[in-house]
Amino acid sequence: MDSGSLHCSLEHVAGSGCNLNIEQRAALQTSLLILKKNYKFQRVLFWGKILGVEEEYFIAQGRGKNEIQTKKNLYSFNCIDWLLLPPITEDMMKAVSVAAKGRFRGDPSYVYEHLESKVSEENRLAVVIHQIDEEASVVPRGAFIRDLRGLVQVNRSFAGLSPSEATRLSNFLHFRKPKNQKKRRILEMADLNPAIDFLDVVSDDVPKGSWSLQLEGAGQVCILRSLLWPGLTLYHVLMTPQHGYIYIGSGMKNLDLPFML
Amino acid sequence: MIQAANSLYSLCHCCLQTPINGKCDQKMEHPERQTEKSQKTPHDASSLKAFLMKCETTGDLNLYDHLTQLLIKVTDERPNNVMDIIEDMSHEIKQSFCLDNERALPKLPETTVADELAEKHRLLFCQTEQEEELVDTPLPNLNEISFYMEQAGVGLGRIEMQRIILALKQLAQSEQLPHCRLWGKILGRENNYIIAEATYREGEEEEEEEEEQKSDEITEEEETNAELEDNEDEMAPLPSVAYNPQPAVPKEDIGTGANKFVYYVCIEPGLPWKKLPTVSPAQINAARQIRKYFTGRLESPIISYPPFPGNEANYLRAQIARISAGTHVSPKGFYQSNEEEDEEEADLPQGSNEVNPDFEGIPGSEMATSLSSWVHHVQHILPQGRCTWLNMVVKKSAHLDEEGENEELEEESEEPEPEVGPPLLTPVSQDAEIFNTPPWTLRLSSSLIPDHAVAVLHSNVWSGAHAYACGKKFENMYIGWGLKYSGEGYSPPLPLPPQDEYPSGLDITEALDPTVEEEVEYRAALEEQEDSQEDIENSDEDDDEDE
Repeated sequence: MDSGSLHCSLEHVAGSGCNLNIEQRAALQTSLLILKKNYKFQRVLFWGKILGVEEEYFIAQGRGKNEIQTKKNLYSFNCIDWLLLPPITEDMMKAVSVAAKGRFRGDPSYVYEHLESKVSEENRLAVVIHQIDEEASVVPRGAFIRDLRGLVQVNRSFAGLSPSEATRLSNFLHFRKPKNQKKRRILEMADLNPAIDFLDVVSDDVPKGSWSLQLEGAGQVCILRSLLWPGLTLYHVLMTPQHGYIYIGSGMKNLDLPFML
Repeated sequence: MIQAANSLYSLCHCCLQTPINGKCDQKMEHPERQTEKSQKTPHDASSLKAFLMKCETTGDLNLYDHLTQLLIKVTDERPNNVMDIIEDMSHEIKQSFCLDNERALPKLPETTVADELAEKHRLLFCQTEQEEELVDTPLPNLNEISFYMEQAGVGLGRIEMQRIILALKQLAQSEQLPHCRLWGKILGRENNYIIAEATYREGEEEEEEEEEQKSDEITEEEETNAELEDNEDEMAPLPSVAYNPQPAVPKEDIGTGANKFVYYVCIEPGLPWKKLPTVSPAQINAARQIRKYFTGRLESPIISYPPFPGNEANYLRAQIARISAGTHVSPKGFYQSNEEEDEEEADLPQGSNEVNPDFEGIPGSEMATSLSSWVHHVQHILPQGRCTWLNMVVKKSAHLDEEGENEELEEESEEPEPEVGPPLLTPVSQDAEIFNTPPWTLRLSSSLIPDHAVAVLHSNVWSGAHAYACGKKFENMYIGWGLKYSGEGYSPPLPLPPQDEYPSGLDITEALDPTVEEEVEYRAALEEQEDSQEDIENSDEDDDEDE
């Protein structure tokens, strides 16, 4: 969620239970502004919180001109001092999938070991954030546009989803490089706009029912929760451009999902 | 419409004779036709204007008016980066034109979910007449609790919490509850449950029991009726079933153990509260083996293996009992056990504790560093599914004697060891680790001002269970999916091995067919035998003859 409207946004996603206390909110308001200036980001998002057993990681995400491609993640323990996470490599992802098990500890130098593969918790953090962004970050349809140069940017004239649109999962898109563009029938294509519909649709996800879509906040805020990554919440205030997502959870994927529906 | 706006965009370019970049050229298919037309007429301003003012479409729209309106809008509003949003502004103008036309037919206003909810919420804010001033209010100070919970980083949002407080007040008034608190919230796939915990009022227990007995009787009657009908239909007598199911462990009495409190549930503050049924040990044991998300509909069935006895309301109640037993904690010394006073009745299942009047409060810094200053104040649920162990053998052996089977089982279960859980007020530092994860995480709410900070305890076993303590005050709350931490991954239990159709023995088992070699050997053996017999007979005859 955008650092500018953090306080308001946190109030909207509070229905999931976890939240930030006043001290952390005040600290974030200050430090994210400085972060944006120092790293020359276009926009800074407060991405969320990963709960370790001993400490919590607060995550911020800086975005450049192209909102999808230029992302940088930073973490902090006290909401003031931010550290840049390492870029992700293929080897790192493999090592994490083999070695990293159980809950996060809260110590970035802790090393997970399994047979010969070793991975530090800092690397694991970077990989998990990347995975969550790939699999569960969502935006309402129309909130971002791809312009003529191929840059993905915030759509200034996005006016929000209507109450009837917000009840359908097909109006929510994965905010990642499109992976499985399904071939659609011509009838379905009629309403699509290439400037807006360049992303994958959430309703195509497997298994069906891996998202929980509800209206909260007296029926005026649309809340989308991921069941695959429990802790990820998207909010969108109907008929306004306000939207954002946050992840507050243990950083573990729910592999039991097929049994649980 | 957007395509039209796009073409208009490129048309604007060509009409105003601005340099066209390469990308714009590709989108020129439609305007090209129009430029061809314009090439036929001389390129002076008046003819161009005439062309722009031509109405080719059925409506009264023409491009000249549209562009004037667009430019007026731009000059009026003066937005930043007009270049980026000019298409949308043009689109908006076109739409507003359509809307003007539509107004001839008044639209029926749609009622949205928000409208309906607002009507329900309005009732919460209506002042009810205060009948009489109560000395003891049934509700705790929820505003204070939510303030402390917010310090702990837990909460449902201030506005939402206010609505919940009002809804709880309504519940306490309508049901005349002696004491009622907010237990927490369980998230579901379609709806969420807000859960209130209340103590039974006097006399309610008997009513409940009567109701349950009635319902049990009805179901039994139905079953017997069904059996009778079956028997009438079938001509041949049914084979008797040798399977002897274990008798169900009886429910705990209302007001004790897992049924100590009654729980009310609502989906949204303002909607009616529903009372949850009491929980049985079988339900708790089944809930331990399954892993399901809640849907948010109390009546929906639970489709799982092993089968869950009951619907979602029962499942919810079982999970609430398990969460309460596992995660309700209080500062050490707040409660004292009252077993010392009535030692004679120590065996009674009355696992209750009373508030210690001399409790001074433990400083936050100490609460936030040592787990041993937190104690469980809700009874542990035993593997049997009850808080107090019940000896089921008496009934079992009676059944088994009739059948005369399973003697081994009987021997084993003659003197079963009573299951014993940790006693009440056990420090949480003695809790077992789960999948190499410590069961609790302790934090102080503020690192900058630790003097007035609140000590916070988060459960890692039931993620979503939180407790705070500040001076003499403490509270527990659960907000989450209602699922236990399952470690690496969940694998459902395997089905039982199929039952034997008949007891295997010598009479029934089929003999193996002999191989050729065996046959040959057998024949050879037979022949030898015959030969030897003949020899014996011959010799016998010889002997006879001799005699």
